[in-house]
Amino acid sequence: MSGAATLPRPRGPSRAAALLGWLRKRAGAMLVFAALIVLWEVAVRAFGVKEYLLPPPSKVWVEFWKRHEIVMGGAWVTTQEILAGYALAVVVSIPLALTIAYSRFMEQSVYPVIVFLQIIPKIAIAPLFIIWFGFGFTPKLLLVFLLSFFPIVVASIAGFKSADRDVMDFARTTGASSLRMFLKISLPQALPQIFTGLKVGAALAATAAVVAEFVASDKGLGYLLLQYNGQLDTPMVFAIIVLLSLIGLAVYYAVEVIERIAIPWHVSQQGGAQDVAL
Amino acid sequence: MDPRLRGEDGIRVMLSVAPLVARADAGAAAVRPVYVDLKGVAKTFRRGHGAAARETHALEAIDLAIREGEFLAIVGPSGCGKSTLLRIIAGLHPASAGEVAVGGARVAGPQTNLGIVFQSPVLLEWRNVLDNVLVQLELRGIDPRAYRERAMQLLAQVGLAEFADRHPHELSGGMRQRVAIVRALIHDAPLLLMDEPFGALDALTREQMRLDLEALWMASKKTVLFITHSIDEAVLLADRVVVMSPRPGRIEREFEVDIPRPRGLEARRHPAFVRIAEEITNIFLARGVLHGAGRAAPSEGDDT
Ligand SMILES: Nc1ncnc2c1ncn2[C@@H]1O[C@H](COP(=O)(O)OP(=O)(O)OP(=O)(O)O)[C@@H](O)[C@H]1O
Ligand SMILES: [Mg+2]
Repeated sequence: MSGAATLPRPRGPSRAAALLGWLRKRAGAMLVFAALIVLWEVAVRAFGVKEYLLPPPSKVWVEFWKRHEIVMGGAWVTTQEILAGYALAVVVSIPLALTIAYSRFMEQSVYPVIVFLQIIPKIAIAPLFIIWFGFGFTPKLLLVFLLSFFPIVVASIAGFKSADRDVMDFARTTGASSLRMFLKISLPQALPQIFTGLKVGAALAATAAVVAEFVASDKGLGYLLLQYNGQLDTPMVFAIIVLLSLIGLAVYYAVEVIERIAIPWHVSQQGGAQDVAL
Repeated sequence: MDPRLRGEDGIRVMLSVAPLVARADAGAAAVRPVYVDLKGVAKTFRRGHGAAARETHALEAIDLAIREGEFLAIVGPSGCGKSTLLRIIAGLHPASAGEVAVGGARVAGPQTNLGIVFQSPVLLEWRNVLDNVLVQLELRGIDPRAYRERAMQLLAQVGLAEFADRHPHELSGGMRQRVAIVRALIHDAPLLLMDEPFGALDALTREQMRLDLEALWMASKKTVLFITHSIDEAVLLADRVVVMSPRPGRIEREFEVDIPRPRGLEARRHPAFVRIAEEITNIFLARGVLHGAGRAAPSEGDDT
């Protein structure tokens, strides 16, 4: 895009002010969150709820801290699975979406297959992966890949095909090459939908990794979760659930930050809608 | 007050872009070479195949010659094929029958030596106003930096100077359409195709845009095809007004508009304006496109 660098851009608050605004906007949500945790703590103690049913948050923290080395090791394993599977999904699905969007043959042959495969409950395939690929890293990576792949590919195809007819007609009256039309029009036009797919895929990636570890594993958070569950060590189960949520949140936010950098025009257009989504 | 509404200033700025060229009078216009030439052009849209095929006859046997430097307006009821005709001239739709030539060459694909304004603004949401104008050059592989000043000048003329760094979603519908008009002008092509460009504008802006467009056209000698729903707009702007019938679109009648230029705001009182506007209105009344409460004069005569 041609920079309008020499034009004055006096709009918008400074970076620091933006951060302050961000904090202020989220202060309410954070307060409610903190209040819920306090309520949980107080209620559990007041009613004498058994610890193996519902431990108070303070107990969860204490237990977690006692075994944080084991747990963090597991978290690292799971994070690697999520990142690798997700990266693979991104790298495969976007180029595939491109070829489907721009090739009649691919659209007629490959796309219907993808639509059909999408219907299969992917998680049900996890045991098969164990048979095929054993207990190691590969089946986890593949399940993460499989779950994140479909939303990204479907959203990207829709994105690449979303170019408005009049916009494309205008571009045709400039005599631009297909490549230039793609780079200047179709690609930027597709980005919002691609990012929607990327975020859905990111949200599914953590689920996929845990499920794969449930099925067969000797490490990772999913494995630890089952272990602690078997021992009725409920505080540790809670600790791991929190940790998994944090990992999922981190991946999701990373994608959102990239989105904000890549398509600021779209994010600002949506205003606060993004914040509500989380 | 909006600076654009100070008409005379606007026109003067407009003229500073290119020197005013003394125009030949309407009589001499007839000897200028034909620039856009349509012979027996028809268009039928087909959907589906075999027995399930559905056909829409959009245009029927259009013969139309637009001369170089001529300002031609087309008025016609909604759905009569005006946009289709414009797309055929631009080479965006193939004609089902007939011959189309622009600048002496047969049209066989998208034409590039023109500026086009569609019915809706079709801006790129991710680009600011200035970059939306400059994309015209980027797509053509021309360095847009050389055109920044001209773009800013044109934007100023349509009252958008302060909005150059805004994005389309921050603009009103009328402002967006003005950006689209500047985008069609920036590369100074000899042919300007405008499909109801002022349709989304408020009455005041519309009047100002009309004055500005006339001044710009007088200064630039462009060939203009201007589609509109507004009879007044057509008669006030054009050298010649073509009236189209309801679908399938045919040319119902043509009117030479012999009103001196610049027509400005006073032209509405010119006898030729009053006469032609009334005649066109009567055509639409007779065609049932318009249903007058107090019926038209000619048909009333028929009844008695
Ligand atoms: N791509 C298309 N496929 C099928 N039919 C079409 C297509 N484009 C236009 N038509 C049909 O052709 C006819 C003329 O359409 P067109 O858009 O040219 O009308 P118009 O005179 O510009 O109308 P308006 O004043 O409302 O813009 C309509 O009946 C429309 O349904
Ligand atoms: Mg139309």
